[in-house]
Amino acid sequence: MSFWRKLACAVLLLVLGISLAANWLAPAGYAKQYREAAGAPPSRQHWLGTDDIGRDRFARVLYGTRISLLLAPAAALLSTLLAAVIGGLAGYLGGVWARAAMALTDLFLSLPWLFLLITVRAMLPLNVSPVFSVLVTFFILGMLGWTSAARVLCSSAATLRDSDFVKQARASGIRGARLFCIHVLPNLKPVLYAQFWISIPAFILSEANLGILGLGVAEPLPSWGSLLKELEGLVSVGEEPWKFVPLALLVLVVTSFQLVLSKQDEVTA
Amino acid sequence: MLGRKIARHTLTLLVTALLGGFLAATLVRLAPGFDSDEAQLDPHLNSESIQALRAERIEQHNIYRFYLHSLRRAAHGDLGTSISLRQPVSELLRQRIPLTVRLVAFGLLLSWAGVMGLALSAAWLRVFAYDTLATLITGLLLCIPAAVLALLSVLWSVPGALAIGLIIFPRDYRYARNLLAKAYGLPHIVAARAKGLSELRILFWHVVPVAGPQLLALAGVSVSLAVGAAIPVEALCGLAGVGQLAWQAALARDLPLLMNITVLVTLVTLLANSGADVIGYMWRDQRA
Repeated sequence: MSFWRKLACAVLLLVLGISLAANWLAPAGYAKQYREAAGAPPSRQHWLGTDDIGRDRFARVLYGTRISLLLAPAAALLSTLLAAVIGGLAGYLGGVWARAAMALTDLFLSLPWLFLLITVRAMLPLNVSPVFSVLVTFFILGMLGWTSAARVLCSSAATLRDSDFVKQARASGIRGARLFCIHVLPNLKPVLYAQFWISIPAFILSEANLGILGLGVAEPLPSWGSLLKELEGLVSVGEEPWKFVPLALLVLVVTSFQLVLSKQDEVTA
Repeated sequence: MLGRKIARHTLTLLVTALLGGFLAATLVRLAPGFDSDEAQLDPHLNSESIQALRAERIEQHNIYRFYLHSLRRAAHGDLGTSISLRQPVSELLRQRIPLTVRLVAFGLLLSWAGVMGLALSAAWLRVFAYDTLATLITGLLLCIPAAVLALLSVLWSVPGALAIGLIIFPRDYRYARNLLAKAYGLPHIVAARAKGLSELRILFWHVVPVAGPQLLALAGVSVSLAVGAAIPVEALCGLAGVGQLAWQAALARDLPLLMNITVLVTLVTLLANSGADVIGYMWRDQRA
């Protein structure tokens, strides 16, 4: 493992660890309002200052990081499972199934990602509870993010279908779901792992985009998207530089993921 | 062969339009509040008029009939009425399409100027430090959400087209650079260099023609990226284009408007991909 990949892994673990320790580091919570100190600059009490309604920005960054870092992998898991089932099965079955599945993925892929996201998000109620809005946001990401992974898995499964060991297994009487689950699916593991890890930074960025556009996680729950929405009110970059901390953290985490993934890209290539 | 390719793409477009339209009509029909009609509450209407309105609504309960009705109206240029803006969708699109087309076109132009300039110079110079710097810049841009780039463009008073260009640039650059690097590794290009051909001649006579069709396909895909990037840029920069309209429709849950925009955008991106594919095929065919 190269030095940069080790460093990236260490950064990710550190950020995850700190966000998991949010309850101890910021015991007052992300929603507590300090009305007398609304919009305050950084101080000893509030390391990153407070937002417009007096909530501690440091606490919100910690809790927001936790939400984004825990739910993005959950969405990635969902999308990878869907890709494995749709793409893997289509490639394994071949013929009309593969063509139909690939036509469906092509249709999905032809739509700009953000358009698809906001369209599907708009189908669901917007005035929901904060917890439900978090679940809906990441559920949508998971449900819609399987297409490109399915394409890769379909071609990998099609290659496996024609391999000697699968032919031998079929000749010895193993068929259907058993053949797929015991012989094909385990051999798709490297591609599945790669797709899972690749999806995480993509989903983190998508959630941030949705949050800034007001279609992501609902208040008062913080997420990187809702924290970045604060940048909308800035007049100049140098005015309140501490408002850029969530952006810096997001860039750091996504860059770390990219560095860790540099090997995974070779698997999917 | 070319005719078959064009026919296949045309068929795909037609099927997508019909399927997308059906999906859109189904979602609009199933959306909450479809059955309620404010017009029925109008105290100036007599009972016969209200009955007629109700009968019209009941007729639209069947999804297939509703779809056929929508299709017939769309054929006459009537795409329905926006719930939130209370204006005909076709009128709204007619007002906003020119700005988005201009924005996306300039964004693509800026992005591709940067992509080709940087990728060609990186492939031509083959200096490690230059290549690393280019990779670092594009890597950093890839880690910034598109909406943040749009916000920063507002802060720095940068034109929206440049923000779109910056959103597409890192995605296209990586592929373009890899394509050019792969082309440079081809045996006939290595041989040409060994024979002492000038770098410019190698680049424009041997490398670009090999990588050209794939670069063209990439350009087709980047149209889809640019249209997607138009949403945050128009929404956050206050530009009244189709992207802003889609965002407003999403916030107001204006499904008829959002569905029409989605079908339109799908068709535009499919058309761009098909066009790039057909031109790339013609290019390859001409060289063969």
